[in-house]
Amino acid sequence: MTSIGTGYDLSASTYSPDGRIFQVEYATKAVENSGTAIGLKVKDGIVLAVEKLIHSKLLVPEANRRIQTIDRHIGLATAGLLADGRHIANRARDEAVNYRDAYDAPTPLKILADRLGLYVQAYTLYSSVRPFGISTILGAVDKDGPSLYVVEPSGVFFGYNGAAVGKGRQLAKTELEKLNLQELTIREAVYEAARIIYLVHEDAKEKEFELELSWIGQETKGVHLQVPKDLQRDAEAKAKAALETFE
Amino acid sequence: MFRNTYDSDNTVFSPQGRLHQVEYALEAVKQGSAAVGLRSKTHAVLLALKRSTGELASYQQKMFRIDDHVGIAIAGLTSDARVLSNFMRQQALSSRMLFSRAVPVNRLVNAIADKAQVNTQEYGRRPYGVGFLVIGHDESGPHLYEFSPSGNSYEYYAMSIGARSQSAKTYLEKHYEEFADASLEDLVRHGLHALRETLQQDKELNVNNTSIGLIGPRSEHEKKGVQPTGAFRILENDDVEPFLQTMIAKGSEPAAPAAPATGSGGASASGSGDVQMSE
Amino acid sequence: MDHFPTNWGRPRNDAYDAYGTFPLPHRPNNNTKDAFASAVQRTQQPIVTGTSVLALKYKDGIMMAADTLASYGSLARFKDIQRLHPIGNYTVIGAGGDMSDFQYIQKFLQELIIDEFTSQDGHDLGPAQIHEYLSQVMYSRRSKLNPLWNSLLVGGFKDGKSFLAYVDLLGTTYSASTLATGYGAYIAQPLLRKEVEGKEDTLTEEEAARIMETCIRVLYYRDARSIDKYQLATITADGIKITDSRPISTSWSFAEGIRGYGAQTQ
Repeated sequence: MTSIGTGYDLSASTYSPDGRIFQVEYATKAVENSGTAIGLKVKDGIVLAVEKLIHSKLLVPEANRRIQTIDRHIGLATAGLLADGRHIANRARDEAVNYRDAYDAPTPLKILADRLGLYVQAYTLYSSVRPFGISTILGAVDKDGPSLYVVEPSGVFFGYNGAAVGKGRQLAKTELEKLNLQELTIREAVYEAARIIYLVHEDAKEKEFELELSWIGQETKGVHLQVPKDLQRDAEAKAKAALETFE
Repeated sequence: MFRNTYDSDNTVFSPQGRLHQVEYALEAVKQGSAAVGLRSKTHAVLLALKRSTGELASYQQKMFRIDDHVGIAIAGLTSDARVLSNFMRQQALSSRMLFSRAVPVNRLVNAIADKAQVNTQEYGRRPYGVGFLVIGHDESGPHLYEFSPSGNSYEYYAMSIGARSQSAKTYLEKHYEEFADASLEDLVRHGLHALRETLQQDKELNVNNTSIGLIGPRSEHEKKGVQPTGAFRILENDDVEPFLQTMIAKGSEPAAPAAPATGSGGASASGSGDVQMSE
Repeated sequence: MDHFPTNWGRPRNDAYDAYGTFPLPHRPNNNTKDAFASAVQRTQQPIVTGTSVLALKYKDGIMMAADTLASYGSLARFKDIQRLHPIGNYTVIGAGGDMSDFQYIQKFLQELIIDEFTSQDGHDLGPAQIHEYLSQVMYSRRSKLNPLWNSLLVGGFKDGKSFLAYVDLLGTTYSASTLATGYGAYIAQPLLRKEVEGKEDTLTEEEAARIMETCIRVLYYRDARSIDKYQLATITADGIKITDSRPISTSWSFAEGIRGYGAQTQ
């Protein structure tokens, strides 16, 4: 990239001569440096998983969560700047409350993703703000069934069957593509999600990490909840075993 | 210095996706004297090193009470800390007023973290130049959090911030497994030992330069008059003395003979510089 | 307390419509005739109203009861509405007074519970906290001269402790082991006290349900704004249960002997 030193990369409100907005591209770099987050849309629900890198052994395990809850039926996982992730989650909650106020119904995820996309895009327009340094995975089970979206720092969003963001997204995507997502149950998807996170972590050989898992489906009565401890333990044990036999 | 094209304000990402202004704000925290926090199953404690500008000046204030169940220790710009702690007090009072509930500590910390995040994203402001250690007690027991100007907050078993805090961290990492079941007296002693690691070589902890903040049932070294609920209190001057007495001289700690050797090694390695960089 | 919600908050006029039985448009003081009459006016009276709510403490927690009628003046307008509503996992609120205000209260409390849920940090609001919040809202609304025209009972059970308290359109609160709003405060409260006080820790669910049914029946005999269908809510360590609406049995044979009601001609 020849952007550096040209002066065209110092503000989100400046195009480079070939029509790029470098500040948005740099924001995606912040995403690429962070632990991987994945989302799986399967036949009866959604599973979210995050590779949470542990920067100190003094941290309280399971305390500092990176998967957040937006409404009863909506979960959100981010990769990138942690504080930006909290900002976007607060905004998403406000949007969900706003929708509920107006229509007295749970927010369809498509509408939430649309509104969040608009919000994120506004931060790519002005020199007075910087873009969000995060990619956001949104998962929900709404009136149309399970749905999964990713909002990028540029404000674009797409629906997915399987989504991966952060450092290990390439390998994670390859693994997700091997799965027959439409035929998995969320219980099976929990095992796959754990396996994939363990795999991409192993690939990068980084610091310690903690696996975070959440799900939405019939087993949770359509509510976004942490995966129960015993299931998570089992999934992690299987994931470790799978690593031994991988290739 | 580090100067480059991408560090002039918050609204600019470097080509690597870093925010230099935020990273510099984190350095401001390391300009302040150190603070240490620890927690057990029953107590949470803060210890801080106070500086004074000279013989005729008083020592700075390092700890603030937020509510009966929350207190903080600071490192960095005191005036920023006063603004944020004022906000925390408002949140705590509002929770008591609206719900007659002591505000959950994690929500209080998240509230200031969210405030700090805005200052890392918008033009015309600077990030806060102060870090907090927050201790509190709520329905889920005692807690210790770190808040930093980047808008991040984490819960820890034990943590240190400020100048040469890495040395204290090294001590804490060596001993943190003992903290959960430690008595209040042992917890404070560990805290003092950790804080001692941050001192310049010719300095010592004494009643003038040490503050202790406590949450949890009364210690045998404390005067009567502590609320039975174990509300947050700050000990200064003579009240600190009995705790200082419990310290074991460096190099003669009986339990872990290896500990003081490496501990003091770490301290002397960083003894010359004012600010020790970490991470 | 006046048991006619339409009279709450206004001066009594015993000379005219002493029992508040006149149709709504002909009530005394409907038209304020003071100097402020043309200024901004807010809720002057409830429109669609519910009557009494009853609640008591028993050995396993809290039991609440309310009939299912919403009246429009003296018209029995809606005969199957719920006046007991769960808030979160530990609390039930029961309302007398204006039903649209009650629905508004349900909505903002629901929002509060979702907000609390999304924190996912193990902290959730118990009945005492919901009651405190509700009383702050009720008091601030009345201080803005724009009250939510209800009297509410908040019952709940959390962490092994039961909770029961009252709050009304003025922001007044109190707590007791038996509570009743509206007409029930006159008719049912003495019965409840006699049956419950001193026995809060021994009363079984069956006994409590029988007491409630008795009170609801007495109220149906005496309160012209009541109906013979009611719901029971229990809040215990097992959570919240609210029954479907159930009928009460009544006997009207005694009425034959009442002059002006039965078959007598003179």
